Amino acid sequence: MIPEIGVFALIMALLVAAVQATLPLAGAHWGVVSWMRIARPAAVLQGLFAWTAFGCLATSFLTGDFSVLYVAGNSHSELPAVYRFAAIWGGHEGSMLLWQCLLSAWTVGVALCSRQLPQPYVARVLSVMGMLSIGLLLFLLFLSNPFERLIPAAAQGRDLNPLLQDPGMILHPPLLYMGYVGFSVAFAFGIAALLSGELNAAWARWSRPWTLAAWSFLTLGILLGSAWAYYVLGWGGWWFWDPVENASFMPWLVGTALIHSLIVTDQRGAFRSWTVMLAIAAFSLSLLGTFLVRSGVLTSVHAFAVDPGRGLYILCFMVMVVGSSLLLFAIRAPGVGLGGWFALLSRESLLLVNNVLFSVAAMAVLIGTLYPLLLDVLNGGKISVGPPYFEAVFVPLMVPALVLMGIGPMVRWKRSAPVELRSQLRWAVGASGISALLLAWLLPRGTDATWTPLSAFGLLLAAWCVWSTLVQAAKRLSTAGTQGGSLRLRASRQPLSWWGMLLAHFGIGLFVFGVTLASGFETKRELTLSVGETVSVAGFDFRLDGVDEVPGPNYEAHRAHVQVLRDGEPFVALAPEKRRYRAQEMPLSQAAIDTGLLRDLFVALGDPVDDKTWSARIQVKPFMAWIWIGCVLMALGGLLALADRRYRVARRAPRTARAQRGDDAAARTAEAAS
Amino acid sequence: MKFIAPLIAFLGLAVVLMLGLQRDPRALPSALIDQPLPAIDIPLLQNPEQRFDSTALRGQVWMLNVWASWCGPCQEELPALNVLAHRDRVPLYGLNYKDQPAPAQALLARFGNPYRSSAVDADGRVGMDLGVHGVPETFVIDAAGRVRYRHLGPVNNEIWETKLMPVVKALQ
Repeated sequence: MIPEIGVFALIMALLVAAVQATLPLAGAHWGVVSWMRIARPAAVLQGLFAWTAFGCLATSFLTGDFSVLYVAGNSHSELPAVYRFAAIWGGHEGSMLLWQCLLSAWTVGVALCSRQLPQPYVARVLSVMGMLSIGLLLFLLFLSNPFERLIPAAAQGRDLNPLLQDPGMILHPPLLYMGYVGFSVAFAFGIAALLSGELNAAWARWSRPWTLAAWSFLTLGILLGSAWAYYVLGWGGWWFWDPVENASFMPWLVGTALIHSLIVTDQRGAFRSWTVMLAIAAFSLSLLGTFLVRSGVLTSVHAFAVDPGRGLYILCFMVMVVGSSLLLFAIRAPGVGLGGWFALLSRESLLLVNNVLFSVAAMAVLIGTLYPLLLDVLNGGKISVGPPYFEAVFVPLMVPALVLMGIGPMVRWKRSAPVELRSQLRWAVGASGISALLLAWLLPRGTDATWTPLSAFGLLLAAWCVWSTLVQAAKRLSTAGTQGGSLRLRASRQPLSWWGMLLAHFGIGLFVFGVTLASGFETKRELTLSVGETVSVAGFDFRLDGVDEVPGPNYEAHRAHVQVLRDGEPFVALAPEKRRYRAQEMPLSQAAIDTGLLRDLFVALGDPVDDKTWSARIQVKPFMAWIWIGCVLMALGGLLALADRRYRVARRAPRTARAQRGDDAAARTAEAAS
Repeated sequence: MKFIAPLIAFLGLAVVLMLGLQRDPRALPSALIDQPLPAIDIPLLQNPEQRFDSTALRGQVWMLNVWASWCGPCQEELPALNVLAHRDRVPLYGLNYKDQPAPAQALLARFGNPYRSSAVDADGRVGMDLGVHGVPETFVIDAAGRVRYRHLGPVNNEIWETKLMPVVKALQ
């Protein structure tokens, strides 16, 4: 009964979405207010139906209803309850339902938080999001119905893929999809602005908080996926340039360009057509990512669902969505003005360079990801593009971006005097040079790796990111004191978006530091360990004290007890496991990691050689945790910036005739007021 | 014109993706196609004293299926292989890849043994010679001892009828 309610809810959501997609749009076109008014209640109702369907699927999973094909394929009666819940998005159908539900959630969010926007604009935005919903709901109902019955019911489920039975996997897909789908808001705002023909600064301001939210979620989602690869795949790596990883990384790169480009359009009215192009591109790449992952067109370590029929549908959907929006862009963009003038040395031009670098990086990742496919289509044979290509292309693009990141915020809008810049730069350059030297001297030696020019450069770059951010902060807090007041008062006067930027840029510095040291100075050993034996790796002694057999809820495990000693003193005890999941007879190595600020100790168990001897992989990775900390700071920075009261003030401020006409001067006035 | 460029680029990409969908990403051509099968001389699973000798199979068309007890898809294909190999009287031999004898025997006992015999490739050397990517894989070998076809992934009715048997029939 419950699965049928789920299907019914999806059908109702589709019908409501059809209304939401058409009537308000027509109303906005012909100026019929009553039609436009339908947009908000329709969006909320559609969301309720979509989430009802989600609740039905969740109920089927939690009660273990194996008469539902999807539940039987992805769950098991022995599966712990929390993974039974996470199994909802463990397969194709459920992930697509999650996609739709999050799209509905964003739509409801826009419907509820857009009271101050002009009604025709909101009507268009919600219509565009309704169209996306229609595409997804049709796909769910006809090609990936998660509620399809299995008659007769299976006695037992096939279990969730053991690789996905991990705490990180509970949150990774929802966060990643929040990010993917969140770019649909920026997309819908951009398309609505193109449709209305008023592609001005106002839409950029309105879509900024939404884009920041989507970007922050995507950052966290990628972080969790990467952390999962680090401790579950058991190789000790954290980024593999795998097609599925790239699929999430491309929208992130373009999204990063977008949040910076939106600032320029919002505050200076420049880059209008470029910004809307980025908004279209960010969401298109999210769709492309979904296509690549869900169609099985590329092989990958993550290859989850392979079904060409579904691939064809997603491709057609993508062609309609992206094709029509690019067509709209081609028609409307030539009429868009250029915006304010700016000099060569100005914040605008530096942000433009940032945009170009990030877009080119996204393009390079796209080419690397699709090149094997292209070559295959041209009968050029099968190849795979590996990390060497990506590193060779990506690093040279990111280095200037990081250098500019330190300079950009110091430069004024429109035109900046080189003299003024020089004094700030002197401090930042000097401090980063000295601290890089100091770090190089302080860092523990005795690892395998030696200093290479690249790792020295990485350290300098990390120091630059951190110091240039600190110098900016010091400069702004000291000069903002012309009105007097204590440092604390001055700090509290600064807008939250500025603090968010500082936090995110600071996080990037920590991230670069972590990457440089973790990849440049790691020590890896593949060895065999007998009970009682001690091996020494990078100054730590690892002693295997014994191997127990431990039963788990739905697996049996061999658990090794590894005592780590430093200078003969017990340091930490690690317990890596080799599990065998009963339902799928699948072995899985659960690495044991001691995470510290200074280094990670990583032990993964391989196969047994005999009763008392096991093969093992031991790694010591210095400053690995800084990679995660850096990413968390970036995401927090984004969330902090979107909480800026400027966005709420702008929305609460009475709409003047100028703002409605979309004169960007109005936006600038609001900026000055805050 | 410059505003139409993104649309044109995207449509080009869509065509490539469309063509890519027609491809099977798993259909990896083997470097061994039309090459002689590397000589295999390793112990048998059921009877370790005897050895599996691939040269003794010259003169007939046969199949070699690479399998392991630790591989889920291998279990799935076993029942199908059991029915199909007997029905079409195709000599099917197994290569037990990187496995332990006890669980391998247990698996065959549980799901049925479709193989005339299985060779034990405990350290994966033969698999390396064959260029095994992932288990299961199935090779078709002609009377002259040359590899003529290779299938990656589990075999089901459809793959047997449309991919493997046409090759076998043509060679016979």
